[in-house]
Amino acid sequence: MAQTEVAQAPGTLATFGLGSCVGVTAWDPVSKVGGLAHIMLPDSTQARSKDNVAKFADTAMPDLINRLERIGGVRRRLVIKIAGGAKMFDLFNDDRFAIGRRNVEAVKQSLEKLNLRVAAEDTGGNFGRTLFFDLDTGKVIVRTIEHGEKLL
Amino acid sequence: MEFTQAEMDVLKEVGTIGSGNAATVLASMLGQRIPITVPEARFLPLSEVVTALGGPEREVVGILLGVSGPAPGTIIFLLGIEDAQILSQKLLGAPPEVPGQLSEMEKSALSEVTNILSGGYLNALSQFTSLTFEPTPPAFAHDMAGALIDAVLAEVGLVSDYALFIETNFTADQDGLSGHFFLIPSPDGLERILQALGVRRTWENSSKI
Repeated sequence: MAQTEVAQAPGTLATFGLGSCVGVTAWDPVSKVGGLAHIMLPDSTQARSKDNVAKFADTAMPDLINRLERIGGVRRRLVIKIAGGAKMFDLFNDDRFAIGRRNVEAVKQSLEKLNLRVAAEDTGGNFGRTLFFDLDTGKVIVRTIEHGEKLL
Repeated sequence: MEFTQAEMDVLKEVGTIGSGNAATVLASMLGQRIPITVPEARFLPLSEVVTALGGPEREVVGILLGVSGPAPGTIIFLLGIEDAQILSQKLLGAPPEVPGQLSEMEKSALSEVTNILSGGYLNALSQFTSLTFEPTPPAFAHDMAGALIDAVLAEVGLVSDYALFIETNFTADQDGLSGHFFLIPSPDGLERILQALGVRRTWENSSKI
């Protein structure tokens, strides 16, 4: 949670139990480097404590791309996939728990500023997700408890 | 945010009384005594919270309440799916309709237990602080532990990289039934609570835990 990892194939990156958080994978099919960011909040400018850049969509996206470029990724080749951003609890009139949707929007906006676009997504709903990101193929498996598995 | 040992002790004491209140009501509902473990007040980095709960993919039932008032926060009662069914069975006096799945009746029984536990804690906190705490109706979820927790922590995460958990564990008889009850004050709410408890001093005097 609130972490970013980058690595080169072969290997798998994973993040477990995403709720309102959003997992973002970025993969360069030529150099076979990939990164996985697990963001928790949309916007660092509203936060009092912003030491952890991986926590916020607006700071985690540039950080993810920079780190990939440092290990041989090329920005224009990156394939981006996102998953998560669920609303786990349906609390009446409580906007605090609509954070999932705002996270998804913020990730897309931050990517747009970097001239990147989302190629595939599995977002929203009211269930948790676990992601496995294969650095050889760029494929992302989304695992859930009651909604089966999905391949992105 | 920094805490003194005295502050942690007071929070723990509030927790003990609150869980005592709750256990008494729960015992009369279940017709048996519920031993409670000494509550813990734990101050954890956000990244370690889920690990402390048994891992992000553990299948759990979570019942969540928002707390509004001058010291807002969140309450979440978490228990494994098997424990959830044992507890609802005790409350309803009927075996689970579908093992591994909860019926509407079972969900509402568990939500009621959460209301009772929350009432016990919030009453204790009110008595100590003279603040009012207003819980929202409970919301129910059955999913991965990590997924349930991260929505709760998102709110805390805006302000701090740490969360304070006032945790109580319940165990009942030979079934080894256990549940984890967490009161998670918002950082501002926590400040208010500590001030009202009369243990918050200036930052310079507090030693870091």
